Amino acid sequence: MIRFDRASKRYPNGREALSAASFEIGAGEMVFLTGRSGAGKSTILKLISLLERPSRGLVMVNGHNTAALAARRIPAFRRELGVVFQDHRLLPDHSIFDNVALPLHAAETGLTLKEIDKRVRAALDQVGLLDRARSLPLELSVGEQQRVGIARAVVVKPKLIIADEPTGNLDPALSLEVMSVFRRFNEVGVTVVIATHDLDIVHTWKLREIQVTDGKVSESGAAALELPAIEAQR
Amino acid sequence: MIGWATRHVQSALFAAGRLARTPLATAFTVLVIAIALTLPTALGLAIISVRQATGDFASAVDVSVYFKQDVSLDKARQLASSLRQRSGVASVKLVSADEALQAFRDRSGFGAALDELGENPLPHALDVRPAPDATDPDRMESLRRYIAAWPEVELVQLDNDWVRRLNAILDLLRGVVTGAAVLLGAGVLAIIGNTVRLEIFNRRAEIEVAKLVGGSNAFVRRPFLYTGLFYGLVGGVLATLLVLLGLALLNGPVTRLAGSYGSSFRLLTPGWREAAGLVAAGALLGLLGAGLAAARHLARIEPRT
Repeated sequence: MIRFDRASKRYPNGREALSAASFEIGAGEMVFLTGRSGAGKSTILKLISLLERPSRGLVMVNGHNTAALAARRIPAFRRELGVVFQDHRLLPDHSIFDNVALPLHAAETGLTLKEIDKRVRAALDQVGLLDRARSLPLELSVGEQQRVGIARAVVVKPKLIIADEPTGNLDPALSLEVMSVFRRFNEVGVTVVIATHDLDIVHTWKLREIQVTDGKVSESGAAALELPAIEAQR
Repeated sequence: MIGWATRHVQSALFAAGRLARTPLATAFTVLVIAIALTLPTALGLAIISVRQATGDFASAVDVSVYFKQDVSLDKARQLASSLRQRSGVASVKLVSADEALQAFRDRSGFGAALDELGENPLPHALDVRPAPDATDPDRMESLRRYIAAWPEVELVQLDNDWVRRLNAILDLLRGVVTGAAVLLGAGVLAIIGNTVRLEIFNRRAEIEVAKLVGGSNAFVRRPFLYTGLFYGLVGGVLATLLVLLGLALLNGPVTRLAGSYGSSFRLLTPGWREAAGLVAAGALLGLLGAGLAAARHLARIEPRT
């Protein structure tokens, strides 16, 4: 699903945010990117969602070489993945329903309003917020807002979800709640990549972890022990 | 096809909804656009009205020929019939001194004063009307010289000087109005462009999110184009109404004023075609202004995280 091959990203100010990172994430995997703020986690996510292109090396996402994708194909590329932001980026003057419906409208697939209604309700139901469809984002708790952000990411039924610090502003109980939502999507076959520093959950769930330190990636011992760990969990 | 229509209807409704949410600001913008469209339209109509009212005179460039006092009526008749033979002359009407005096007496109201004079001071005269295809200045001048060379003739007067002056003034005014229309049209373009630009900046967060979730540039741009289109369209409709209102208010006084000069002049009322043209011009300017603003500012907004 995702393949980084010696991918580097150097910003115009000369800072190298990512140096020769190589890793692969297969379809159906759930992977955590960990590391300190500024280590390069966000850069990896930006390279995946094509907010940035690699300066050197190769980034393949969902069969597309992101360095070579024409600008006019970027919108269609982005519609193949669901993105969840730390600050959730909901539009405060639109209802929860309209916020979640935005990607469907933006996709311009010619869905009827009735079909859009059905898809939005299904997505809100999956994050347990169907009864808040008519509310405005600020009427919801922070955890609920983040779940709306997830509903907006999954409403287009993406095969890949990426999330940047989705639990950054949440207390441990809410974090677990939000992470569990991601896990449920992963269980039905969606590839999930989450940048987080919430090591408790990473270690409790013993999922694959890609550590990012000063722009370099390494798979920790946990990753090396990934298969046995999951075996043990079962 | 249905998908295409649905997209446009949704974008249009979305844009209309935004405008309706700030009714006062929208109303003021529309009013400014309407006034900018009204001014050149009203002036243009006034000029066309005057031109049409004077059109009859403009083609009737008569030559008045006054004989010397001692020329007899028979001689005048003889000269008139010889003039009728000349090419480029449509008709020649003989106005005898008696007829002229009678007409003057009837029209001027100086009848009593004329009686005091005892004898008729007026000469015989001819009204020469050139053929319609012979009214150009050169042929008129050659006709004037031909007649003026007759020894019996005292004075030959070309009556088209004032018509030419009026036409020149109207041409000048039309140029001024065209210039004003171009400037005010550019003004409308700037007003709509700037309004849409502000709208784009206000909606920055929305645009970024729309692009983040895969909205194409066309998807992001479309509501703004409809915003500009609506501004121009409604402005054009309002301008038409303002023109009609102004005409309704002015036509009474203008007709009375013209009537006091014995003229049946009245201002022209725009028909359906002119009204549609005005609305279309507004719509086009709106679409263009919004398109320019969107092209310039939307591309610069790229999502950041």
